Amino acid sequence: MSVYPYVIGIVVFGLGLGGIAVSRHLVHAIVCLNVAQTGTYVLLLAVGWRRHGTAPILGGVPKGSHQVDPVVQALTLTDIVVGITVSGLLLALAIQVHRRRGTMDPDELRALRG
Amino acid sequence: MTAVQIMALSLVALSALLVVLTRDLVKLTIANSIYGLVLVVLFLVFGAPDVALSELVVGAVAMPLAIVVAIVKERGE
Amino acid sequence: MTRAGRVVLLVLGLGGLLALLAIAAADLPAFGSVHSAYAAFARHAAYADRHAANSVAAVVFDVRGLDTMIEEFILFAAATATALLLRSTREEDAERAEDHGEGDALKLFGIGGVGAVVVLGLYVVAHGYVSPGGGFQGGVVLATAAALVFLAGTYRAFRRVTPQSLLEGAESLGVLAWPALGVGTLASGSAFLANVLPPGSIGSLASAGTIPLLNAATGLAVASAFTLIGVEFLEELFAERARGEEGRS
Repeated sequence: MSVYPYVIGIVVFGLGLGGIAVSRHLVHAIVCLNVAQTGTYVLLLAVGWRRHGTAPILGGVPKGSHQVDPVVQALTLTDIVVGITVSGLLLALAIQVHRRRGTMDPDELRALRG
Repeated sequence: MTAVQIMALSLVALSALLVVLTRDLVKLTIANSIYGLVLVVLFLVFGAPDVALSELVVGAVAMPLAIVVAIVKERGE
Repeated sequence: MTRAGRVVLLVLGLGGLLALLAIAAADLPAFGSVHSAYAAFARHAAYADRHAANSVAAVVFDVRGLDTMIEEFILFAAATATALLLRSTREEDAERAEDHGEGDALKLFGIGGVGAVVVLGLYVVAHGYVSPGGGFQGGVVLATAAALVFLAGTYRAFRRVTPQSLLEGAESLGVLAWPALGVGTLASGSAFLANVLPPGSIGSLASAGTIPLLNAATGLAVASAFTLIGVEFLEELFAERARGEEGRS
């Protein structure tokens, strides 16, 4: 049972990847990519948690208590914000694709056409 | 591992499944927002208030706005 | 390759990957029992050396400052690319679209709400190294204030408070501040992006050396980048509406 968080992180990552592969709409594929990224955040934070650990902030938490790992939290929080910006860029690309080809279905966007 | 953490993790897996399986774009926006909210609860339960704050502001505002614009663009043309 | 063939390939590949990951997960230490030496070092560096009460902010802006600087560059590149993509092929001028705004209750909420959200955003940015928060979170909250202007008011009001030249300038300034500070610390004799300013007293706003400066620069860059992306997306929407009205009239 003590590997449950890691398993959930892997499951969410797999769900996201599977969602991208069988997606029928570009916006849905982008959201599934985001879901796959969040799976990695769950895994990172699960690695950093410490039993009876409190948030890694000084002041407001009882002195002498253990604190969880701040390094993985630092990695995750910049990742979340930058990930959304990249998703915004991907959505802009999807809008352009729709403008040129009139569809957002990956199955119909197969050939490279000038 | 506390009971709250087990419940939060299970909810995250279920919400991810919900997001991946939703086809209609409007429902996808709502499902994505629910997923963001469940993730915030998970991050808080893991003792990460900074990360929870990040996910909250991003998942509540930025992502739905972008998706809604993509939806309207698709319906317009 | 047919869709069915792709699905079979996906099941084989993804199944194999997940199986390998599950085997690897079984070897990981039990949940909650990882006592990382790097975490202990990061906490000591944050509380004892830099006097920053929020050790996550100390790690983001100081211990792993180079990583964050490169993430800032990614943010800048993504926002610029979005603006480039959407501006280059936009045909209609969005200013001509009709937007009469919403009802009075929403306008009243907007008048009070925008100020409150801006103050909240500035608070979250400013106290980032003292309590949970920081440049990233507060920057997105500030961008939310701009979105609230659009939601509670009209599109024209929104464009008036978010001129593109101002947003681009602010974003560039926020991103440039990172290498500029790095060169400054190099010139003063230390390493690139080393924390050379006095640490101050922990828990107060005057603490943590160079972290408040980098925090503020990040808040500026993130707020401008998100607002710029929002402006580009909404401009798309209203160019669409203007084209529709043109077609009808």
